[in-house]
Amino acid sequence: MSENDESNAYWSANVRLIQISLIVWALVSFGFGIILRPMLSGISVGGADLGFWFAQQGSILVFLVLIFFYAWRMNKLDVEHGVEEE
Amino acid sequence: MDQFTLNLLFVGASFALYIGIAIWARAGSTSEFYAAGRGVHPVTNGMATAADWMSAASFISMAGLIAFTGYDNSSFLMGWTGGYVLLALLLAPYLRKFGKFTVSEFIGDRFYSPTARLVAVICLLVASITYVIGQMQGVGIAFGRFLEIDAFWGLLIGACVVFAYAVFGGMKGVTYTQVAQYCVLITAYTIPAVFISLQLTGTPIPALGLFGEHTASGEPLLAKLDAIVTDLGFKEYTAAHGSTINMVLFTLSLMIGTAGLPHVIMRFFTVPKVSDARWSAGWTLVFIALLYLTAPAVGAMARLNISDLMWPNGTGGEAVSVEQIETDPEYAWMATWQKTGLLDWEDKNGDGKIQYYNDANADLQAKAAEKGWQGNELTKFNRDILVLANPEIASLPGWVIGLVAAGGLAAALSTAAGLLLAISSAVSHDLLKGQLTPNMSERNELLAARISMAAAIVVAVLLGLNPPGFAAQTVALAFGLAAASIFPALMMGIFSTRINNSGAVAGMLAGLVVTLLYIFLHKGWFFIPDTNSFTDADPLLGPVKSTSFGAIGALVNFIVAYVVSGMTKETPEHIKALVASVRVPRGAGAAVDGH
Repeated sequence: MSENDESNAYWSANVRLIQISLIVWALVSFGFGIILRPMLSGISVGGADLGFWFAQQGSILVFLVLIFFYAWRMNKLDVEHGVEEE
Repeated sequence: MDQFTLNLLFVGASFALYIGIAIWARAGSTSEFYAAGRGVHPVTNGMATAADWMSAASFISMAGLIAFTGYDNSSFLMGWTGGYVLLALLLAPYLRKFGKFTVSEFIGDRFYSPTARLVAVICLLVASITYVIGQMQGVGIAFGRFLEIDAFWGLLIGACVVFAYAVFGGMKGVTYTQVAQYCVLITAYTIPAVFISLQLTGTPIPALGLFGEHTASGEPLLAKLDAIVTDLGFKEYTAAHGSTINMVLFTLSLMIGTAGLPHVIMRFFTVPKVSDARWSAGWTLVFIALLYLTAPAVGAMARLNISDLMWPNGTGGEAVSVEQIETDPEYAWMATWQKTGLLDWEDKNGDGKIQYYNDANADLQAKAAEKGWQGNELTKFNRDILVLANPEIASLPGWVIGLVAAGGLAAALSTAAGLLLAISSAVSHDLLKGQLTPNMSERNELLAARISMAAAIVVAVLLGLNPPGFAAQTVALAFGLAAASIFPALMMGIFSTRINNSGAVAGMLAGLVVTLLYIFLHKGWFFIPDTNSFTDADPLLGPVKSTSFGAIGALVNFIVAYVVSGMTKETPEHIKALVASVRVPRGAGAAVDGH
């Protein structure tokens, strides 16, 4: 039973991490890059605005950070919960 | 040495390199090509996956679509990179833990149903064949240009080369060949971009140059570009013009589709460990991002250069003369591209000059009436030629042009061949051997693989004669199909134990059918012209274009799967145990063949 609790705790920690990451993922692309762009139009970035920068550069950079952050955090979580590969 | 010989030299040398590496790497190991990724470092695997992934759509087509539309086509950039986040967080580690080789095997086992596996194979085939059509378009254009023939003949010659390349066998499986292809491709894409960025902005990094200062005018580059294109009656480059809903759905379709494409997912099955699957997705995106961060700069700068060439005295001055186009070496690229039938101009008003402007714009029509212009005289500019023509437009040295030709072919051929291999293994391995004729001999399996490869390429060429859009748009349709069918089944299979066999089958079928229907209604049945009932200019569902429907198809898939699962028998205990084991990394062995 305790092993079951442990793996449940591991899974819910993972799901929470995924949820947070996907909120950031959606915020930079669908948010800053598209829907919220009009609200950010006051912030100018080299001849265009912040929303344009997020749509063509920024979101890609954030995606990169997200994947590496998730991999690093999960590999630590594996060890904390004792489910890492032998 | 003339440009034609130089192009042949570069293309020939790059091919010799790939074949050389394939032979060298093969001599070392005879292990089956599925396992090519095993024991390979995540960085190397990431580079190979990036080459596999970046095709004619990314290399040849995408920057051109951005150049002529501007901000609205940012969806390609966000969509084709954001999908890797979904792949890394929602699929890759679990599919690696599951430890089989194909996507349809996972679906068949998780949903304990040969029917589910069969439906997955059908979804995979539909998406992959649509994808190949887009690749063949790119191959046709690249061959048309560097052999200086019509794009139609380029397509036929390209088809033969792709076929030979795919049949050559393990080519695709050899990770190091793909590493070489990635190097050729990224060098070919970056070098001209750096040159052009230096010319226009003095910054060697194109992604920074895009937001930098246009040296000649002292204004920000994008502001300058906005001013020029609006002067010519085109839509402002940096502004949004399309529907926001459509842009969100289109971006989402490309993202979900990326995470549902079998030939990409397959690469994560064979990394040594679950933790490596997580890193590997990150490294893949690093190598993809190198091209994707450069692409918007390539598009914007090319648009600026083209406008400058057509209006050498500024948009207020006189247009370029026909005589200059025909004699000035700076304009020589126009004559070469005219031979492919993808670029054309016509002096409609006979004033000896070629006026390039938007003749559908009311302000410009007034100006045209005043100046005696009789319509836009740059009559044809296929978006797909932009990247290949870019170094010539910017008058870069001949070797850069040859390098770009080699890079474009590397991108198109590697992906086309990879897709053909995925199609043939789906038919021979999953469909025939796994379902219909389990006792088939290995010789016959190989024969069936070859025949299905040939059939797939014939279908792709036939459908590619009347492509439903520019290469990247055709490919976007394939992503919509993958998004609506494969991704939801995989995700639900991992994150929910509630979804059972009937739910998964009904969901996949519903997603595939509605999406295919929506595409055919807008693009014509089997893409045959004039058989469509709606157009993307005025779509059936409000602002939703056919390329954006994949996200809705995926939603239909999720809903149908939940409803049907709720009405039918619960998932058996041993499958719940399978799902539980997929969720933890511990105990992951090497991937094994299902047969």
